[in-house]
Amino acid sequence: MGMTITEKIFARAAGKEKVIPGELVDAKIDIVMCHDVTTPPAISMLEEKGIDKVFDVEKIVVTPDHFQPAKDIKSAELHKRLDGWARRHKIKYYYKIGRAGVCHALLPEQGHIRPGEVIVGSDSHTCTYGAFGAFSTGIGSTDAAAAIATGQLWFKVPASMKFVLNGSLGAGVYSKDVVLAVIARIGTDGALYKAMEFVGPALVDMSMEARMTITNMAIEAGAKSGIIGFDETTKQYLDEHLKDKTDYTVYESDADAKYEVTEEFDCSAIEPMVALPDLPSGGVPIGECAGKEMDQTYIGSCTNGRIEDLRIAAKILKGKQVAIRTLIVPATPVIWKQAIDEGLVDIFYEAGCVISAPTCGACLGGFMGILASGEKCVSTTNRNFVGRMGHPESEVYLVSPATAAASAIEGKLADPRKLM
Amino acid sequence: MSVAHVYKKNHINTDEIIPARYLNTDDEMELASHCLEDLDKGFVKKVKESDVIVAGDDFGCGSSREHAVWALRGAKVQTVIAKTFARIFYRNAINNGIYIIESADAIEKINDGDEVEIDYKNGLIKNKTAGIDISFNPLPDFALEIIKDGGLLEHITKKESI
Repeated sequence: MGMTITEKIFARAAGKEKVIPGELVDAKIDIVMCHDVTTPPAISMLEEKGIDKVFDVEKIVVTPDHFQPAKDIKSAELHKRLDGWARRHKIKYYYKIGRAGVCHALLPEQGHIRPGEVIVGSDSHTCTYGAFGAFSTGIGSTDAAAAIATGQLWFKVPASMKFVLNGSLGAGVYSKDVVLAVIARIGTDGALYKAMEFVGPALVDMSMEARMTITNMAIEAGAKSGIIGFDETTKQYLDEHLKDKTDYTVYESDADAKYEVTEEFDCSAIEPMVALPDLPSGGVPIGECAGKEMDQTYIGSCTNGRIEDLRIAAKILKGKQVAIRTLIVPATPVIWKQAIDEGLVDIFYEAGCVISAPTCGACLGGFMGILASGEKCVSTTNRNFVGRMGHPESEVYLVSPATAAASAIEGKLADPRKLM
Repeated sequence: MSVAHVYKKNHINTDEIIPARYLNTDDEMELASHCLEDLDKGFVKKVKESDVIVAGDDFGCGSSREHAVWALRGAKVQTVIAKTFARIFYRNAINNGIYIIESADAIEKINDGDEVEIDYKNGLIKNKTAGIDISFNPLPDFALEIIKDGGLLEHITKKESI
């Protein structure tokens, strides 16, 4: 029997010919991603246990992002711990404020993500990197501590589920709408413990940015990972972004690889989607909820804060005025600069938006755009749990950047196709 | 004796267990003082040492924040019983010495406030209040050992294998 990409990556990382789903393996880690909320506790654990070491200073990538720039004294203390540790160990890829950005946008952009590798990070959206044909998953701080010190972790090889994305996306429909439709169908635990492998013609025309939006939300279906095979688009992105280490191994799923289930989607029929509170699986077509009044728009995050997302939003906002407070959060300093150079920031300013520094900020209810009780936010982020962006009685509606921009103009949930 | 706190709800997520507004600290006792705040404001006041939480499907979904487990541990919760668990939470719980029990019937057979006694090794929950037994698949021995040692790092340090 053949193997999936995920199984082949695990076989390689565990030094085995073959692995099967359910098997426990001890795998070598290629990259550990570290940020400001979950890494400081890992550092403290290592220090307390007297094992204050790092397995490889070139395989650990550090960026503060959740509460950066520091939102209060306590988060400043977290940053201080992270900074002291990264400097002391001479971590090669430490992105200090000014170069720091939302981790899952920053790592691919700065050339740290390569196909065929095993990447872990103490952040649940670490599954984003699967868009490059890598295995990547989120872990807790204790596992992060073990990975930082030893470069190894045990895993249960996940069974794979195949998601065939047929057809092509209509105007005004984006990869965010596709992934919201997928999660609406299978539920927030529809892929629990599994690897979600995405294939099909609709992916061919998607940029790496668009693909990352899909794998980013694999965790919202409970998945261990999301993965997309390597193609010309992947190669082109890597050619432009890889720096120090440019070699990698491409794995493909065998024709006779085993999938627990295969789900087919006709992407031509998908409409702009809105995930209603308070689960990411609450997706409905915009037609079922258009007109609902909103208080805030948020365009940013590791799901949709990349340059392509800002371009889509700017195209709709150009020459218009927003009716509700609208926050634009470029995910990294490079994206922030690009938005200025391309004139997007002018468009956002003219439309009445506020543009912030790169941060995870309000996406997780941290700072820079917190909701009051009863307020509703239309957002390009990934979670709409109770209290996610602020008061427990506030609400979050998950959408694409186009739907967010259209809704900002109307002040209520709006179909972006009307404005295109 | 452990008291059960029953939440007949699926998808109790890590934002409900510990809201992100408190993630600017990793102090366990401070996190514990906000444990489950957005789900049940009274939880922190009523929970006692070695108590048990009982819930539906997909407990602990969402963020990878280990703070959720630290909040529960700080609140002295010994065990979480749910129909199913989200995978990062599951791993984090074991790594921090919290018992995890997957049981399809516990939510039907345990009422809020019931007193329970659990045999982790043999997979048996005794509901003392209702007078019924509920069996479950016990965790593998290596996971039980990690929990007994108080968590993964304690376990590793003990074995001096790092």
